[in-house]
Amino acid sequence: MDNPSVRHEKRPGGDAPPAVELIGIDKRFGPVHANRNVSLAIGKGSIHGIIGENGAGKSTLMSILFGFYAADAGEIRVNGRKVDIKSSGDAIAQGIGMVHQHFMLVEPFSVLENVVLGAEGGALIGPALGRARSVLERLARDYELDVDPDAIVGTLPVGLQQRVEILKALFKGADVLILDEPTGVLTPNEADHLFHILRGLRDQGKTVIIITHKLNEIMAVTDRVSVMRRGELVATVDTKDTSAAALAELMVGRSVLLEVEKGEGHPGATVLAVDHLTWHDGKGVARVRDVSFTVRAGEIVGIAGVSGNGQSELLDLIAGLKRPSQGQILLDGQEIGHLADPARLRELGVAHVPEDRQARGLIMTFEECESAILGWHNDPALGSSLWLDRERVQNRAKADMQAFDVRPQDCHLKSAKFSGGNQQKIVLAREIGRDPKLLIVGQPTRGVDVGAIEFIHRRLIELRDQGKAILLVSVELDEIRSLSDRILVMFAGEIMGERAPETDERELGLLMAGVRPGDKPEAA
Amino acid sequence: MKAKTHGELPAYVDLVLIPATNLVVALLVAGLVVLIIGENPLTALGLLLKGALGSVRGWSYMLYYATNFTFTGLAVAVAFHAGLFNIGGEGQAYVAGLGAAVAGLGLEFLPWPIALVLGIVAAMAMGALWGFIPGYLQARRGSHIVITTIMFNFIAASLMVYLINNWFRPAGRMAVESREITHIALINLRDAGAALGLALPPSPLNATVFLAGLAAWATWYLLWRTRLGYEIRSVGANPEAAVYGGIKLQRIIMITMAISGALAGLMAVNEVLGVHHRLILEFAGGAGFVGIAVALMGRSHPVGVVLAALLFGLLYQGGAELSFAKPAITRDMIVVIQGLVILFMGALEQAFRPLLASLFFEPEKA
Repeated sequence: MDNPSVRHEKRPGGDAPPAVELIGIDKRFGPVHANRNVSLAIGKGSIHGIIGENGAGKSTLMSILFGFYAADAGEIRVNGRKVDIKSSGDAIAQGIGMVHQHFMLVEPFSVLENVVLGAEGGALIGPALGRARSVLERLARDYELDVDPDAIVGTLPVGLQQRVEILKALFKGADVLILDEPTGVLTPNEADHLFHILRGLRDQGKTVIIITHKLNEIMAVTDRVSVMRRGELVATVDTKDTSAAALAELMVGRSVLLEVEKGEGHPGATVLAVDHLTWHDGKGVARVRDVSFTVRAGEIVGIAGVSGNGQSELLDLIAGLKRPSQGQILLDGQEIGHLADPARLRELGVAHVPEDRQARGLIMTFEECESAILGWHNDPALGSSLWLDRERVQNRAKADMQAFDVRPQDCHLKSAKFSGGNQQKIVLAREIGRDPKLLIVGQPTRGVDVGAIEFIHRRLIELRDQGKAILLVSVELDEIRSLSDRILVMFAGEIMGERAPETDERELGLLMAGVRPGDKPEAA
Repeated sequence: MKAKTHGELPAYVDLVLIPATNLVVALLVAGLVVLIIGENPLTALGLLLKGALGSVRGWSYMLYYATNFTFTGLAVAVAFHAGLFNIGGEGQAYVAGLGAAVAGLGLEFLPWPIALVLGIVAAMAMGALWGFIPGYLQARRGSHIVITTIMFNFIAASLMVYLINNWFRPAGRMAVESREITHIALINLRDAGAALGLALPPSPLNATVFLAGLAAWATWYLLWRTRLGYEIRSVGANPEAAVYGGIKLQRIIMITMAISGALAGLMAVNEVLGVHHRLILEFAGGAGFVGIAVALMGRSHPVGVVLAALLFGLLYQGGAELSFAKPAITRDMIVVIQGLVILFMGALEQAFRPLLASLFFEPEKA
């Protein structure tokens, strides 16, 4: 180990040692170098942000700190002492707690039962629950973390579930709290409240680490921020000395075009008309409620909303993957909702870029050229009635790869081997390439690098200008605002209203939180 | 060796070296067992190899067994590609005997080549039916394919006893079997040799062996060159993506199970029309279950299936000779060896991968 940072471990002036210190952390997953010699010190009693694009290595780094992965090289110090963290149990024993992006909660259990999970302390649960109740009361008082200890977790809103996760960590004695993309599922108001709680925790001497890719959150809540890019830690700065634009540049390594060049739209005839559409899930809960809207040729209609408010179901309904409970879906005036047949809808000119390209858009174990025909594998141009002509399949895949600058241009490579951005380009090329009337797109740039985002955004605008109708669903409000000609906001399965893309972000945020302009805003 | 980064292992490691290592380890453990019962493992191995490969007769028996295992192995492999675990090859092969026998006994008015083709088709159709029903129950009723195919093995066993005893057994005969099928037959090794002027030993090996090769090629072609094969593999690799791609899951499950059953059904052609020339009890003899091991070992690829079928054919034939020469090593020992092969090739398939990988890549300098 010849890392320079190891030598000056004695800090001048006899300061308290950092709460957490990572020295020379290195981690590879097969060919992916997820963390390259990362060294980072996090001061006690501060909120430290770690920002970077998806795949920059932030989550890996924190997973190493929390004992999910073992680093290939490097060491971890907690309060100045070298520690060996082999499991999350070790991390918890060192006073490190983690709030995961996807909550680790037992939904049918009460808050109290969830909090003591992993700290039951004996064969009988009773004493632990009693102890937990008094601790929860104290935590609620100290940090404004009020949750009814007897509520069933599954019935709580997402914001409160997250609070349970924080309580869980604090209950186990966490002094260092790691939050992985904590606001991904929150409304703007819930996020504000979370930040308020985090500041309270900091003021009480706790150390908070936030992993995020959202610049405004970093600016709003952190004291210091570290930027990661392709596995490397490129900078650590005080938040007050930097700006969102400077951080964005550090994240991607060059200045970014955040806004897309977009001319005036020239909408034509109505292509898609959704009419009083309702869909009930298996439990009879209406996930899409009485939704009506239209998309015209030559326009992009964006659906904004916090993830999980019925947008995914709406996409599935239009793509024929779900059958409407009530209402109609009209394509060029023809009812298509009852078909519920994705193959037939493709023939009719509905192209679908799914929200999750890895679960749906591609078959990860297939060669690229095979993934590149998914959904179009019955295209007569690709062979005779029963057979697929390998050469024609490959030629199409190669042409698509060229048109969309997919790299590497090797159609025999397994789909899983392509980066997120290139996978997304493969899906887009396949769906756009067959000249659809209507394109429905879910999360077109999720987990995609900035270069590819620009490319994809430009393509969507081009497509609009060619007179295609585009329905865009994204949880990235910036994306919705920069691409859409009209914005619909969805909340709890309903369309809350339509707004122009120039609308104030706060107003959209309120709609996303389910507050209509006429309503009294909830007391925050 | 140049220190590459942790990339992929070369393809031949996955395809050859790992299976070979597993096989060697399985044989080593089997050798230990042989040692424990007081025999010399090397002598035993020598006898086993000689029994299968040391004579024309040995070879022919090995190929005869391998023919059966190829069919049942392909059946399991095709289902695997759609993500279905078909344990019912045994029952599908057994019921397929009905098709072969009915065609053989009932189509005597047709010219024999036509009757023979119809006999093969009928065997496949009955096997397909016996695979389709569990497929239908899975697709439309959600009954798990593993449970239903196991149950259908039992139903097949009882049904066949009833049918052979009550319908096929000629009046007044004690043996529970049909009358002899004389109209159609697949030519066997001795007769083929005689036609060419060669004196070859009697053997169950018959022309169905070519059908096995054809079936392996057809399975490969189906899976990797047809639209249906694309849909089958999509459903197996990622059902959610398949549905997104407009593929009808239920339809593919039913079709795949029918194809799987038809492949297993070809085994009945070998046994009923090639060897016994009559419908007898329990002619499948466990080959349906060996097919599971064969498919596992062959990585569900037709070439792998054929190679694995040959290996199991070798173990069967060599094992029979071995237990004949060394009575201490019973047939059960052969089952133990097969079990070890399945254990190391199937369940512990990846056990030696890290070790082999470390031989290929120098550890990185920290």
